Amino acid sequence: MNIELLNLLSKNARTSEEDLATMLGISAEEVRSEIKDMEKKGYICGYKAVIDWDKLDDTSVSAIVDLNVVPKAGFGFEDVADKIASFAQVEAVYLMSGVYDLTVIVKGKTLQDVARFVARELAPMETVTSTSTHFVMRRYKELDVKLINADSDGRGQLFV
Amino acid sequence: MMDYSSILNKTVTEIKPSGIRKFFDIAAEMDDVISLSIGEPDFQTPWEVRKEGIASLERGKTKYTSNKGLDELRKEISNYLKRRYNVSYDSKDEILVTVGGSEAIDLAIRAIVSPGDEVIIPQPSYVCYEPMTRIAGGVPVIVETKAEDEFKLTRKQLEDAITDKTKLLILPFPCNPTGGVMEKKDLEEVADVLKGTNIMVISDEIYSELTFTGNGHISPASIDGMFERTITVNGFSKAFSMTGWRLGYACGPKEVMKEIIKIHQFAIMCAPTVSQYAAVWALKYCDEDVREMLKVYDQRRRLITKGFNDLGLTCKEPKGAFYVFPSIKSTGLSSDEFCEQLLDRYHVAVIPGTAFGKGGEGFVRASYCYSTDHIIEALKRIGQFIKTLEK
Repeated sequence: MNIELLNLLSKNARTSEEDLATMLGISAEEVRSEIKDMEKKGYICGYKAVIDWDKLDDTSVSAIVDLNVVPKAGFGFEDVADKIASFAQVEAVYLMSGVYDLTVIVKGKTLQDVARFVARELAPMETVTSTSTHFVMRRYKELDVKLINADSDGRGQLFV
Repeated sequence: MMDYSSILNKTVTEIKPSGIRKFFDIAAEMDDVISLSIGEPDFQTPWEVRKEGIASLERGKTKYTSNKGLDELRKEISNYLKRRYNVSYDSKDEILVTVGGSEAIDLAIRAIVSPGDEVIIPQPSYVCYEPMTRIAGGVPVIVETKAEDEFKLTRKQLEDAITDKTKLLILPFPCNPTGGVMEKKDLEEVADVLKGTNIMVISDEIYSELTFTGNGHISPASIDGMFERTITVNGFSKAFSMTGWRLGYACGPKEVMKEIIKIHQFAIMCAPTVSQYAAVWALKYCDEDVREMLKVYDQRRRLITKGFNDLGLTCKEPKGAFYVFPSIKSTGLSSDEFCEQLLDRYHVAVIPGTAFGKGGEGFVRASYCYSTDHIIEALKRIGQFIKTLEK
């Protein structure tokens, strides 16, 4: 496992193997085999683009849904978390500390879509005792990438 | 009508303003410019440092400090220089907190140089030493460091430059723009040449944390026989990404510092209080942040060095600062022509080597204070530009 390589990929997964190799002072062949190895071991689980959907007049909505769950004997939260994670509408599922047990990020085409999903699929689950849904109004930062005021950092006023 | 040309100080009016300004303005007007021209970290000041600045304001710490700077800050500077570079300065009377490293350089030159004194300045180097020497009435003696010497100041060059009028030697290492550093053996040569003379040294170590040799930065004052003749200048801008806070320091033997402090006392009084409080935090708790930044700079350094070499613009791996200084001689263009055409046609801004002294002809400076994506895109465009020159 190569933590530095993971750090670089987490910043930009599209950096070429040659450039990664140069930055890390290893060969491109080593980069390729390290990546393959980390994919195989499940350290790297996928590669995705960070998209500012708001800029595309995309009307889809996201919500954060907090759930209280009665853990099943012998299964803990895994069982229900697995069931929830299987829905295509669900982007993320986390086990949380604090007032709620699970936090689920749900994406839908419309507000009604998401509301319906929560009401029909999540809330009625046998082990779910309560839900609290928060709709996302605007995204300012996504996966480490600032989506607002990202262009200028105020440098370049002075020649050094 | 006032005839300003007969009123103003001739020494000042004869100094040319930095020729780069014009170039900068052109770049600023293009909206898709990819710049490698900025000599300023792209990292933010560590948040904890900023918070400490804010906290000092909230506590109402908005008065002058002593001329020399906060006691606590001078103690931390002393600890830091001992810890990092093994040089011992007494915080009581050997350290002065200044408004950036630039003020420290100006003060030291003015305190040491009398009219007619010669000041040896290695170039290509940062632009301030020559004009400040002239304003002090000194005579700049330029020594041109060479790519084949990895832009170090060699023993021979130093010996040849020394006359009976030599008062001061500037050591601008790690060097902006060349990336050159002086390692221990190089500094021992300097010490050997200076032994027995009255020649003083100003060591501008503002890039000291950005050193990519195995041994790290070597401070000239740590070399035998050098402490007594060296003014060590450093600051917070580059190491802690604190450029806008304007904070640096000068350290040296107390007899010299006494005079340096006098000029500071009358011209500046004291460095900004809020910056001083923030800087205490930086020195106490930010070694880890500095290491993290260095790691990222190092990755970019490898990337950009290889990038230029792959394009046939050769450069040895720079050992310090955050610039590469590739040769553009293979293109047949002068540094100015190269930079103008590159900016005009491919909207990439780099700085002609001549901005840092005549010896910079045939080279350009590219900064790697940019994200790797930005660097890769700039290299791509430079590659396209080079191709058009080959036809």
